[in-house]
Amino acid sequence: MAGPVLEMRSIVKTFPGVKALSDVTLTVRQGEVHAICGENGAGKSTLMKVLSGVHPHGSYEGDILFEGEVVQFKDIRASEQRGIVIIHQELALSPYLSLAENIFLGNEHAKGGFIDWRETLRHATELLRRVGLDDHPETRVTDIGVGKQQLVEIAKALSKKVKLLILDEPTAALNDEDSGKLLDLILELKKQGITSIIISHKLNEIRKVADSVTIIRDGHSIETLDVKSAETTEDRIISGMVGRDLDHRFPERTPHEAEKGAAPALEIRDWTVHHPIDQQRKVVDDVSIQVRRGEIVGIAGLMGAGRTELAMSVFGRSYGRHAGGTVLKDGKEIRTKTVAEAIGHGIAYVTEDRKHYGLNLIDTINRNISLTALAKVAKRGVVDEQEERQVSEGYRKSMNIKAPTVFEPVGKLSGGNQQKVVLSKWIFAGPDVLILDEPTRGIDVGAKFEIYTVIDQLAAQGKAVVFISSELPELLGMCDRIYTMAAGRLTGEFPRAEATQEVLMRQMTKDKEVTR
Amino acid sequence: MSTDVTDKSPAAAPPGKGGGSASGGGLLQLVLDGLRRNMRQYGMLIALGLLVILFQVWTGGDLLLPRNVSNLVLQNSYILILAIGMMLVIIAGHIDLSVGSLTAFVGGFAAVLTVQHDVAWPVALVLCLIVGAVAGAAQGFLIAYFGIPSFIVTLAGMLIFRGLTEIFLEGQTLGPFPDGMQKMGNGFLPEAGPHTNYHNLTLLLGFAVLAFVVLQEVRDRKRQQEFSLEVVPRNLFLLKLVAIAAAVLTVTMLLASYRGAPIILIILGALVVGYGYIMRNAVFGRHIYAIGGNLPAAKLSGVKDKKVTFLVFLNMGVLAALAGLVVAARLNAASPKAGLSFELEAIASSFIGGASMSGGVGTVLGAIIGGLVLGVLNNGMNLLSVGTDWQQVIKGAALLIAVGFDVWNKRKSGS
Repeated sequence: MAGPVLEMRSIVKTFPGVKALSDVTLTVRQGEVHAICGENGAGKSTLMKVLSGVHPHGSYEGDILFEGEVVQFKDIRASEQRGIVIIHQELALSPYLSLAENIFLGNEHAKGGFIDWRETLRHATELLRRVGLDDHPETRVTDIGVGKQQLVEIAKALSKKVKLLILDEPTAALNDEDSGKLLDLILELKKQGITSIIISHKLNEIRKVADSVTIIRDGHSIETLDVKSAETTEDRIISGMVGRDLDHRFPERTPHEAEKGAAPALEIRDWTVHHPIDQQRKVVDDVSIQVRRGEIVGIAGLMGAGRTELAMSVFGRSYGRHAGGTVLKDGKEIRTKTVAEAIGHGIAYVTEDRKHYGLNLIDTINRNISLTALAKVAKRGVVDEQEERQVSEGYRKSMNIKAPTVFEPVGKLSGGNQQKVVLSKWIFAGPDVLILDEPTRGIDVGAKFEIYTVIDQLAAQGKAVVFISSELPELLGMCDRIYTMAAGRLTGEFPRAEATQEVLMRQMTKDKEVTR
Repeated sequence: MSTDVTDKSPAAAPPGKGGGSASGGGLLQLVLDGLRRNMRQYGMLIALGLLVILFQVWTGGDLLLPRNVSNLVLQNSYILILAIGMMLVIIAGHIDLSVGSLTAFVGGFAAVLTVQHDVAWPVALVLCLIVGAVAGAAQGFLIAYFGIPSFIVTLAGMLIFRGLTEIFLEGQTLGPFPDGMQKMGNGFLPEAGPHTNYHNLTLLLGFAVLAFVVLQEVRDRKRQQEFSLEVVPRNLFLLKLVAIAAAVLTVTMLLASYRGAPIILIILGALVVGYGYIMRNAVFGRHIYAIGGNLPAAKLSGVKDKKVTFLVFLNMGVLAALAGLVVAARLNAASPKAGLSFELEAIASSFIGGASMSGGVGTVLGAIIGGLVLGVLNNGMNLLSVGTDWQQVIKGAALLIAVGFDVWNKRKSGS
């Protein structure tokens, strides 16, 4: 393979009071797919922002060489002119504009200030084909799925004559099928001579597409490994990321012996939910599950399987239109029509999207923790601030939330610490049943272990835990029993001993074709 | 943006820093730290202080003459009352454009009752507050349960109440009000006790307030120690008490050396304490912050968002009615043009006082400080005979500077 297309030498980037990058060196060869991985907060995104000019020249130290010459980008436009295009984690498409309009946004085919629609549509169609989309270029972005939107972003990058494509966790919001397509496209673009940098948490992805991987830890570049080499195993990469061998990814756990006599703590019977807008579509179709006290029950499923929708619908009808089914708590039927009723019956739902549905980011740790169960620290509608503070201080210590005081706004915490605040909040509510939806999404390996430990303790205290996750190793490591869902239906149920990744995955992809 | 924050936080939040680490840093350091953390609040308080000093110098000492301080309170009371309610509305993530018209409407209603129909004024007062509550509830219902955006509902309300006022009053100005009601806008605490050079009841009231505040602070501190929580170091705590005492005593002496405390000031004081307490300590207040800060998260936490929104607007209606009564009583007449652009002054007060357009942020005290900044500007410029044309320009600039400073300060601290 050819020489380096990009060299970043000894990059140092400081924010007020914090050194985000202390000394990072990155060399990317012409025509390769180069993965960057590291724990959350290691500095991956910051590094890419330095490269693409989001943090302009002068705000960092060190040199960037692109195609052999030193470059000094003053903004993102300057880097795009050289052919460096970054696609961010949060997609930056305008939902009510068409695909074509989005592709050429800020870069329109125009004559004298007026858009040349013929050329726009012709060129858009060509670019969409290149990324494997056959949608009409006049379709609105909001009318296509997330997976396709990601491809439109790439088409947009191609329109800018991209030489180096940077993808920041491109598959984080995609299901396996769409992820696969996207990764294939990256390999296809590689054949066409486009170099890519891909930031990813998913090690199997890295193994699939990357030629080499650079590991970043605490603002330092640790090492660059050749992915194709036999020595570069997943465990090898993980140990580079965390700086320690990962023998114990999950706490030791004695499997739960279900008491056959007692009624399940929570039982959902024949639950069906319709899509909030498209009322014909069943998002959850006749699902029945149950969980006993002291038990951790997993729900495995790909994106769109209906897991979150099931949980949110049960939890106060927070999603879609309920079309049948009952909830039983300890064998008695209960009403969960509002969130308050659900909480009143001792059910807690810990959302998968903590930033939008879990926390008030501008408020303090203290007030976020107390919100659901304010009555516990209040007398006659009046909050006892000292008692409240004592409670949240307690959680800060016991959950190891890394913050100087409980008066820190949660928006300033890292993902793992935010997740601990969400968990504290729901534990404080004192539920019997906890529904945890992707409780370890987007948080680093160290914090994951802490969260697993907490979940384990909750079960040991006799709480019933429903554990929704896309990460199969996590379910296999934590659960006593695992349900699988696909396309809104329950497709399987396995005790811990019988479940393997292969078995679960087969059930998770099973009914998709049949129901369509 | 969000990735930035995550990148920085590990170093910004060092693990497990417990215990009484504060005492080592020195008093000045502590004061500065406190200032930095509550930049917005203290910033406006300091700005207000500077403004007072500036005008005091420019007007050759006229601003803080006892008589003028009394006036300042009376002139601004209704905006301050509205600003309290508006702050709640804005924290909840909404806006209310109808309050100016509603004050006029309630003033008109009061005049029709007492002047035209000889209804006893206490009865009229209660009826007026009920009318305000109903008007607020109607708007709140449309916003909370029907889902029409508050901007639209209250814009409609602004037109409707203004129109109804004109219909009610047939375009006329109606007055005068019975004595008892006039007192509410213009009255002072009665004279009592031995003859001194000061107003006795006002002095007494001032001392009572001071004693109450100090006791409260001391009690809080004790409770914190009981729960073995970190407390502010002793010397800083004493400094705070001295500052509070100085402020309370100054205002008390100023008022006591003229005609005493205006009745409206006492009403206003009760409102500030009451609403301040509700917003900070009541479950209801917490829920307002929660729905304004992140509505979906609040819903999923079991907060009854619709009910809270409804009550916030109902409350705004009651406060608007109270403001309407005060305006009418002070002018001793109800006019169809009363309360014009009051809503804008109340909104400006809230934003100067630290509210955020997107909701979830702000304090009742902030609204009062914001309202006083506008009030001092108004009063000071009047004393200097600045024309109303330039007054508006300067007030507009003040709003921009206050919020601009906020934005700049936020960007600097990277949040």
